[in-house]
Amino acid sequence: MTGLRAWAQPHRLVLLALAAGIVGLCALTLRWDWVPRYLPLAAEGLWRTLWLLALSCTFGFLIAVPLGLAQAAGPWWLAAPARAFCTVIRGTPLLLQIWLLYYGLGSLFPQFPWIRESDLWPYLRQAWPYALLALTLSFAGYEGEVMRGAFRGVPQGQLEAARAMGMPRGTIFRRIWLPQAIHRALPTLGGETVLQLKATPLVATITVIDIYAVAGRVRQDTFIVYEPLLLLAVVYMAITGAIVLAFRWLERRVPSRPG
Amino acid sequence: MKTLALAAAVALAAGAAAATPVKVGIAAEPYPPFASPDAAGNWVGWEIEIIGAVCAAAEMDCQIVPVAWDGIIPSLTSGQIDAIMASMSITAERMQTIDFSDKYYNTPTVIVGPKSMAMTADPEGLKGKVLGVQVSTIHQTYAQTYFTGSEIKLYQTQDEANQDLVAGRIDATQADSLAMEAFLATPEGAAFEIKGAVKDDPAILGLGVGVGLRKGESDLKDRFNAGIARILADGTYDAISAKYFAQSIYGG
Amino acid sequence: MVEQTLALLALEPPGWGGNLLRGLWASLVIAGGAFGIGLVIGTFGAFGKLYGGPVARDLLAVYTTVVRAVPELVLILILYFAVTDAVNQLLVSFGYQRIQISGFAAGIAVLGVVQGAYATEVIRGAILAVPPGQIEAARAYGMPPGMTARRVTLPLALSSAIPGLANLWLIATKDTALLAIVGFAELTLTTRQAAGATRAYFTFFLAAGALYLLVTLVSGWGFRLLERRARRGLPSAGGAR
Repeated sequence: MTGLRAWAQPHRLVLLALAAGIVGLCALTLRWDWVPRYLPLAAEGLWRTLWLLALSCTFGFLIAVPLGLAQAAGPWWLAAPARAFCTVIRGTPLLLQIWLLYYGLGSLFPQFPWIRESDLWPYLRQAWPYALLALTLSFAGYEGEVMRGAFRGVPQGQLEAARAMGMPRGTIFRRIWLPQAIHRALPTLGGETVLQLKATPLVATITVIDIYAVAGRVRQDTFIVYEPLLLLAVVYMAITGAIVLAFRWLERRVPSRPG
Repeated sequence: MKTLALAAAVALAAGAAAATPVKVGIAAEPYPPFASPDAAGNWVGWEIEIIGAVCAAAEMDCQIVPVAWDGIIPSLTSGQIDAIMASMSITAERMQTIDFSDKYYNTPTVIVGPKSMAMTADPEGLKGKVLGVQVSTIHQTYAQTYFTGSEIKLYQTQDEANQDLVAGRIDATQADSLAMEAFLATPEGAAFEIKGAVKDDPAILGLGVGVGLRKGESDLKDRFNAGIARILADGTYDAISAKYFAQSIYGG
Repeated sequence: MVEQTLALLALEPPGWGGNLLRGLWASLVIAGGAFGIGLVIGTFGAFGKLYGGPVARDLLAVYTTVVRAVPELVLILILYFAVTDAVNQLLVSFGYQRIQISGFAAGIAVLGVVQGAYATEVIRGAILAVPPGQIEAARAYGMPPGMTARRVTLPLALSSAIPGLANLWLIATKDTALLAIVGFAELTLTTRQAAGATRAYFTFFLAAGALYLLVTLVSGWGFRLLERRARRGLPSAGGAR
């Protein structure tokens, strides 16, 4: 493995030893006795972070496809709202969007008492639907912009050839246009997913208990400040690493250049 | 290292030139009627006036620094502020990390819920209900210790817990009685009422509200204690309290 | 309804508009400071990554990887509390008194460190896009490295760096919102205070959103002008690659 040889350079060995020393120092001098006690809660929080991430990315991408298509090829009355949506989402902080959805909508509830009688109320009462909605819309806004470029980037010749062969429009979209656009967007998708992961702790501000909120809870219960935050940073780095590896694997499975 | 020492020396010189004021940390989130920003951006409220009075009585030059409630103790220990005057109760748990002055007020803890919903302020009455509390407060600790049969939601600010009470996302909230009375007096709070005080547990609910200080800074602690004693003795405390509350809030 | 909303947003008290604008100003100042620090770190970081020794390169790789993998919110909390604490402990151990680091300065520094990691990558990419012949020509003339960087590499890299830097500036303005969570009174926190005090959550969050959007749109327009200026005299827009 060339990878191993790259790590075995003398200066890297020194740096690695230094890093190991720092980690060892942290393990020995900082307080970690709280870890076992909060492990079940942390597992729960981690699970919530992961499914929020997975669902919001999936739904967000499903919304991003029509958003990109509308901007790339739609009539103006579809393109304009899609463009406006992407601009608004990308132009305002996600934190504000989350608060607007959760507290803003919540403040309107008392004016409509029937909401509390409706079948949706058990969901509207909880915080995670708002978190999921806000994260989904945010992902759709950023990825919609990427998909716009991806749809535009598919060579016209490909589409013309399909049309010349008498393919119906739906089939052209399904077989030629969409796969090539997604292929073009794939390299950015990994990066966007990492950015989405980094956005998830914001949901803790609307009472969703994700892994970040658990670290906050440790800090409040025990007044230990740095240790939970350091561990949290390590957890996020591990998830980021997993995402990067997963997308690398995915990209390798898709043939490198279509046609 | 050299540049750091240099930067520190410059900062030190600048600090020495303008007799270092005592930075009093308050919670950056509104907590009416104790401390909240008005429309002009100034902080107002009972506690803000008390800070002014205590500092004047102790002849200290105080500067109010708003800090996130959630991080107010780390801010103190890391030196961004020198004292906490943010309605922080004196508890044994906090005493492990920081020090406190004498108390400057003490009020009971209550449960507030909708008038239309019957409940009592005990574990039985709150069983199966959704209870909202502010994070890092004695109320959080108390609720998590006693109301194990309820779903507990944590809010960054009491205002937001009240907001979700109005929206109907929580059934009840546990908080300081005075803060809740101020909320009940607003149009939004009209549909709610105090369901009762929770059973006292001094180990969790503490011994009243004091000034939070770094451990070992006994000089500063003595000055705050002297200031509090002086405004209690000369009537300033009562004069300020009369503007906000019907009765004295110093407590027994 | 409209009248009520306008009254809430009025610039003079009892309206809260003035507070929002003060918050906006604070946000812009922090974003500007962070962006500036980010540019400085990014420039040195990019040169370090491209031309530095093996140790510098590895350390920079660790820096950019960590910052880009950990949520900004977590980094802000760690840096905000840990760095001020570390500086003070250092001072105390050297026999000095502890100093006060204002939330303002800490906020700018923290966001600047985060920005620096992204700026390093943007500027590195832009420097790589400069035709190597130009830099070699400068070297052949015997220009010292510093002068080469100042007179040749950076000006040529600027045009291809602008879109990436524009994006970073927008991220900086939006990331200031995260300082609301450590209690700094920028636009998002002042909005939250106004909303909490008046209970008009919807109105104020929408108003703040409009302000952020305005900043985004105006900056986008400004950066497009800048890009056009920086590209003057270059063969073609995409040609630098």
